[in-house]
Amino acid sequence: MTTDTTLVEQIPDLETSGRPKRARQKNLLFLRNSKAITGLAILGFFAVLAIVGPWIAPYDPNQISPDLVQPPSGSHWLGTDHLGRDVLSQLVVGTRSVLVVGFVAGVAATFIGVVVGVTAGFVGGVGDETLSALANVFLVIPQLPLIIIIAGQLPTAGGLTVALVIAATGWAWGARVLRAQTLSLRRRDFIEAARANGERTWRIVLAEILPNLTAIIAAGFVGTVTFAVLSQITLSFIGILPLDTWNWGTVLFWAQNNLALQRGAWWWFVPAGLCIAGLGMALTLINFGIDEFVNPRLRSTGMHARSLRRRKIRPRVGFTPVVHEAQEDRA
Amino acid sequence: MKFLTRRLAFYVVTAWAAVTINFLIPRMMPGDPVTALMGRMQGRIDSSAENSIRVLFGLDQDTNVWQQYVEYWRLLFQGDLGLSFTFFPTPVADIVRQSLPWTVGLVGIATIIAFVLGTGLGMAIGWRRGTWADALLPITTFFSAVPYFWLGLIAITVFSVTLGWFPSSGSYDRGLIPGWSWEFVGSVIYYGFLPALTVVLASVAGWILGMRNMMVTVSSEDYVTVAHAKGLPGRKVMFGYAARNAILPQISSFALSLGFIVGGTLIMEMVFSYQGIGYTLYQAVSTQDYPLMQGCFLVITLSVLAANIVADFVYAALDPRTRQEA
Repeated sequence: MTTDTTLVEQIPDLETSGRPKRARQKNLLFLRNSKAITGLAILGFFAVLAIVGPWIAPYDPNQISPDLVQPPSGSHWLGTDHLGRDVLSQLVVGTRSVLVVGFVAGVAATFIGVVVGVTAGFVGGVGDETLSALANVFLVIPQLPLIIIIAGQLPTAGGLTVALVIAATGWAWGARVLRAQTLSLRRRDFIEAARANGERTWRIVLAEILPNLTAIIAAGFVGTVTFAVLSQITLSFIGILPLDTWNWGTVLFWAQNNLALQRGAWWWFVPAGLCIAGLGMALTLINFGIDEFVNPRLRSTGMHARSLRRRKIRPRVGFTPVVHEAQEDRA
Repeated sequence: MKFLTRRLAFYVVTAWAAVTINFLIPRMMPGDPVTALMGRMQGRIDSSAENSIRVLFGLDQDTNVWQQYVEYWRLLFQGDLGLSFTFFPTPVADIVRQSLPWTVGLVGIATIIAFVLGTGLGMAIGWRRGTWADALLPITTFFSAVPYFWLGLIAITVFSVTLGWFPSSGSYDRGLIPGWSWEFVGSVIYYGFLPALTVVLASVAGWILGMRNMMVTVSSEDYVTVAHAKGLPGRKVMFGYAARNAILPQISSFALSLGFIVGGTLIMEMVFSYQGIGYTLYQAVSTQDYPLMQGCFLVITLSVLAANIVADFVYAALDPRTRQEA
C-alpha cells in the first residue's frame, strides 16, 4: 500500500530533478518494493551464514557424540542425529555449499541463456531457427531426470561439477524469454538509429540491447538459482552426490535413511526443509519484486483489503485504484 | 494444420535429440564406464568379472561410435533397452513397462487435479483482487518454494506416522492379488491418496499464481471493460471474457512445466517407495544400474513429449489464432 503511493508520488519529483539523481532514484524504486526488500533481507541472512557458517557453528558437523537422536535442548539447539552429530551445525555449515552451487549454476546458465537468446533474437533467419529449436529441445526434455543420469554416471560428482551440469541443462528458459524480448527490441527506433549511425553490431548488442534486457536477465538468473538450489538438494537427498560435503539435502538424506520419520525425529528434517523454503521464498519474492517493477499492472497488489476498505475503495475488476494525491500531481 | 505439422516436426527432432543424448552420455563420461563401475563397487565385483561387464555393455566389440549409434537405434526400434544389472537378466524394457502405468496414473491424475484446481482458484483470486483472497498468495509462495519431496516427508510424518490414516509407502496392499477387483482398486486409491495429495499441494501453487497474474493482466483489457459496460452479469464477464483469454498462457505453460513437475513427482515416488518409474530410477541410481537408468530416462522423456503433444492439440483447439496461421 505505502509502496504504491510513494511510487506515484516520486514521479513529478523525478521529472524536475537532474539526471544523476534520477538514475539513483530509479534504482531505489526497485528497493522500495516491500517484497523485494523482504526477499533480499532473507537472502542476505543466508549469504552471511554461508560466509561465517563454519566459524559460528557450535560443533563440527561430523563430530560424533553419545547423544543419539536427541530432541532440541540447550546444548544442541536443533537436536542430534543417529550418530549424535549436531543438526544445527550441519545446517549452518551446509549453507555455503547450497549458495555456492546455486550461484555458480545461476551465473553459468544465465551466461549461456544470454548468449543463445540474444544471438537468436538478433541474427534472425536460419541461425534463429536452429538456436531456438535447440533451446526448445532442452526445455521439453525433463531436466531433473537428465541431471540425475548425468550426475549418476559421473565418476566424481563434486559441487562445481553438479553446478555446471545444472547450468548445462537449465539455461533454456532464460534463452527463450530473452530471444522473444530481443526480437521485439530489434526493430525499435533507437536500435535503427544506432544502426544508421554506423555503430558496430557488438556495440549495438552490448550498449543498446543488453541494458534493456537487464530486468529479464535478472529474473532469469534468480529463477535459475532457485532451480539449481532445489536440484542440488534433491540430488543430495537421493544420495547421488558425495556425502562428505554438507548441504541441506545431505541432512535430509541421513534423516530419510535412518527412519527419522518413523522415530518422530522432526527436528532432524523439519528445520532443513524450512531453510530450503526460506531461501526459495526469498528468491521468489525477489522475482516478484522484479516482475512488479517491470509490469506495473501487477504492482497494485500491495493494496490490502483492509486499507482499501478504510479508503472506501471497493475493489472491482479491471480497475486499478488510483491514489488521490497522484491525480493532483499529474494535473 | 500447418501449426500442428510444425509442432509434430519439432517433437520428432526433440525425440531424436533425447535418444541421441541418451546414447552419448555414457560415452562422453570421462574415463571408462566399466572401470568407473568397478571403482564404485569398491571390490564387490571380482576383477575377473570386468571382461564380462565389458561384454554386457557391448564394449567388447571394436566398433566405431557411428556403428554403435546405428546399432543402438536398431535395438531401440525392437524395444530392446538392454538388460538390467540389478534385476539380471530381466530386460530393462520389461521393468519399465511394469512401472510406467503406476507413474502415469499417479502423476497424470494428480497433475490434472492440480491444474484444474489451481486455475480455478487463480481465476477467482485474480478476479477479486484486493480482497481477502490475496491473503492466499503468501501461502502459495511458500508451497512453490519448498521441494516436493520435503512436503512428502511432512505428509508421511503427519498422516501416516502420527495420525496413522494412510500407509507411508508402497502402492497397494501386498496381501492382494493385482487385478480388476473392487478390493484391489480401492487399495490402490487408498495407497495413492497421500502421494497424490502431496503432488497436488506442491504443484497447485504455481497454477494459482500464473492464472492470477494472467487474470489481473487480462481484466484491465478494453474488451472486459466493454463487456462490463454492456451490463453483462459479472459471472459471464469473468468466465466468458476474462478467463477464456487468461487460460491460454496457462495451457502453454502447462506444456513447458510438465518436465519440471514430472521431475518433482519422480522424487516423490522415491519418498513414498511408490512402484513407479521414479522409484525404479532411484533403485537404478543407487545400484549403479546404467542400462536401467538410461531406459528410465528415455521413457520419461518420451512420455513428457507425448503429454506435450496433447497439450499442443488442446491449445490449437482452444485458440483459433494458431489455426488461422495455416
